[in-house]
Amino acid sequence: MTTIDLNLVGAKGALVEEAEGKWGMVIDQDICTGCQACVVACAMENNIAFVGEEDSGYGRSMHWIRIERFWEGEYPEVKMTHYQPMLCQQCGKAPCEPVCPAFATVHSQAEKVNLQVYNRCVGTRYCANNCPYQVRSFNWRDYNDDRLDEAIASLKNHFNPDVTVRRRGIMEKCTFCIQRIHKAQDKAKSEGRAVADGEFTTACAQACPADAIVFGRVDDPESLVSQLARQSHGVHHLEELGTLPRVTYLVGGQ
Amino acid sequence: MSEKQQHDHEKHLREEHLMLDPLPRGQMNDMVMESMHTTSWKFWAVFFILSAFVAWGLFYSWGKMILEGLGIAGVNRPSYWGIFLVNTVFWIGISHAGTFISAILRVFKAEFRRPFTRAAELMTTFGLVQAGFSIFMHMGRVWLSYWLFPYPNQRELWPNFHSPLTWDLLAITTYLLSSTMYLFLPLIPDLAMARDKSTGWRKNFYKVLALGFRGTEGEWTHLRHAMNIFAWAIIPVMFSVHTIVSWDFAMATRPGWSSSIFGPYFVIGALHSGMGAVVLVLGVVRGTMKNMKYFIRPEHFDGIGKLMLMISMGWGYFFFNDYLVQWYGGDKWTKQLLHWHEAGPMGWMWFAMLIFNVVIPWAVLWNRKWRSTPWLVGTVGLLINFGMWFERYIIIPISLTINRAPFTWRLYKPGIEIPLSLGTLAFFILLYMAASRLIPLIPVWEVQEGQMAHEFKKFGRETVVTVSELE
Repeated sequence: MTTIDLNLVGAKGALVEEAEGKWGMVIDQDICTGCQACVVACAMENNIAFVGEEDSGYGRSMHWIRIERFWEGEYPEVKMTHYQPMLCQQCGKAPCEPVCPAFATVHSQAEKVNLQVYNRCVGTRYCANNCPYQVRSFNWRDYNDDRLDEAIASLKNHFNPDVTVRRRGIMEKCTFCIQRIHKAQDKAKSEGRAVADGEFTTACAQACPADAIVFGRVDDPESLVSQLARQSHGVHHLEELGTLPRVTYLVGGQ
Repeated sequence: MSEKQQHDHEKHLREEHLMLDPLPRGQMNDMVMESMHTTSWKFWAVFFILSAFVAWGLFYSWGKMILEGLGIAGVNRPSYWGIFLVNTVFWIGISHAGTFISAILRVFKAEFRRPFTRAAELMTTFGLVQAGFSIFMHMGRVWLSYWLFPYPNQRELWPNFHSPLTWDLLAITTYLLSSTMYLFLPLIPDLAMARDKSTGWRKNFYKVLALGFRGTEGEWTHLRHAMNIFAWAIIPVMFSVHTIVSWDFAMATRPGWSSSIFGPYFVIGALHSGMGAVVLVLGVVRGTMKNMKYFIRPEHFDGIGKLMLMISMGWGYFFFNDYLVQWYGGDKWTKQLLHWHEAGPMGWMWFAMLIFNVVIPWAVLWNRKWRSTPWLVGTVGLLINFGMWFERYIIIPISLTINRAPFTWRLYKPGIEIPLSLGTLAFFILLYMAASRLIPLIPVWEVQEGQMAHEFKKFGRETVVTVSELE
């Protein structure tokens, strides 16, 4: 079982943490086709709510990963640039952590990822304001309550039993599929060995048909993710803010 | 100067200044009691309309929002904080006027403050109540808001003292408690006066509130000591509250927000809107309540008008300073944001803010005659409040629209925030109306004390006004 030392979470936890972290991800934008398979897989794995067309159009979509599209030039001389899958960067010094008045978003000492404690969240939404990547999603309504929406009732059986279903008024975000991390660690422990590189991966990485997303241990220099991240065309988003993101983007490689 | 000219000069000064125009004690007490007892059908009509607004706008709409979630409000992905936080900052700003007038002007012994300190202090307490409503409204799970307070619990969980929101909550709570006590202390002699002059349920009401005050020398000494301590102690609290409110924004990693000038900028903004609100309230009180034309005179509007002009200039300076430093910083996101403020779809609001906060006050308040006209200064005060509300709207939802993730940029459209805002406004006016009939709105003892200290003295042929030190 993972224990979280409450004396070391929050801002304090972020400050003492080393830059390298434990789990990390590499996203190769050169081969991303923007097919959204990762978005769907993430929604299925993590019980993400269907918010409907209207709310989604008003900026209330709740996906933990999204494909951002940008272009260069003015219409009609428009040129698409790379698709940019954006998800929680699991910052080593996360701006969202110190601002929460209720300690609802904390740093896991064991896994070195940023966690959201759903049942501690009171919904001030300060963390989401302070996230430079804007990757936190808020439960604006009770999207999973079938008393409010009959269409949800038939979808109830799709829920992943390993992941909490969230109610209205709380914040949520990408967890690097912490349930899968725990499952793999439990399995390895019962067999008396360490978790091997590539033994498991996150839902988005698993679903990516182009293998543009790679997940693994960044504190192990021999892992695939570390080797990919070391390439010269790897960049961190908004690195100038000093957030120490754990996701490396590869863009403009040969 | 001839005898007659001398006489006319004195008469003119009497008409102009309340402090030089004393009335017998009993008569003045009766005037204040009368103003409290007189209600017309118009009062009750407004009272019931406002009650309906409070019931619909505040309690029904809030209940609906608690039940259904924040989806029925207009907040969305980039604008996680909407009008709720605008109103919070706005009402805290309104509350600053009370302390400014009654504490700062009291310790500096500005004599013109005497008749309206209470009217301003009431705004502090009632404004903070609305600020509290607004900030709790915006929470996703308001029924768990007690988790934000440091209370002993089994799991030994504390609020996060790193979070500016926690500081904010503590600062506002401190301010609410201390300003309520500071409202109550100078009220005691007036409550005792009201107790001696009333019958029936009012007698019992005042008897309890007056705490057995009889006006002995010892009681006055203690009261003066307590008021003096509070007046000095509440000034740093006042400055710190709005500075801490500004840190909710200034401590964040956002373009347009992380500005080191936000502390004083917010404080002066709070005083700006607060003074505007005080002058507006005084105009309404003077126009609608009985006997108030004696207590609140053009000289008071003149005095507050001068302060408003100075504060408006101060606000203009801090606005320019904030803008200049942000622009000079050259950050590409901040550049986008500044462009969005002026040329975006809400650009009209940015220009309206400057016109209401700077252009109109400067154009009107420089002239002594104009700033002594109650309706004119009251209108300027109202416009300043619109301008300051716009300022907070620009800082919160409009600036939130622009962040470092351009894919999420989207404009904010208010939803149920509108009835909720009207509800808090109605509740503020309702509380004020109720208070105006329940407690003496004019601090009579303070006026009488001032009048005792002022007198005409003859030096040779010249008559001059002298003020003696009582305390």
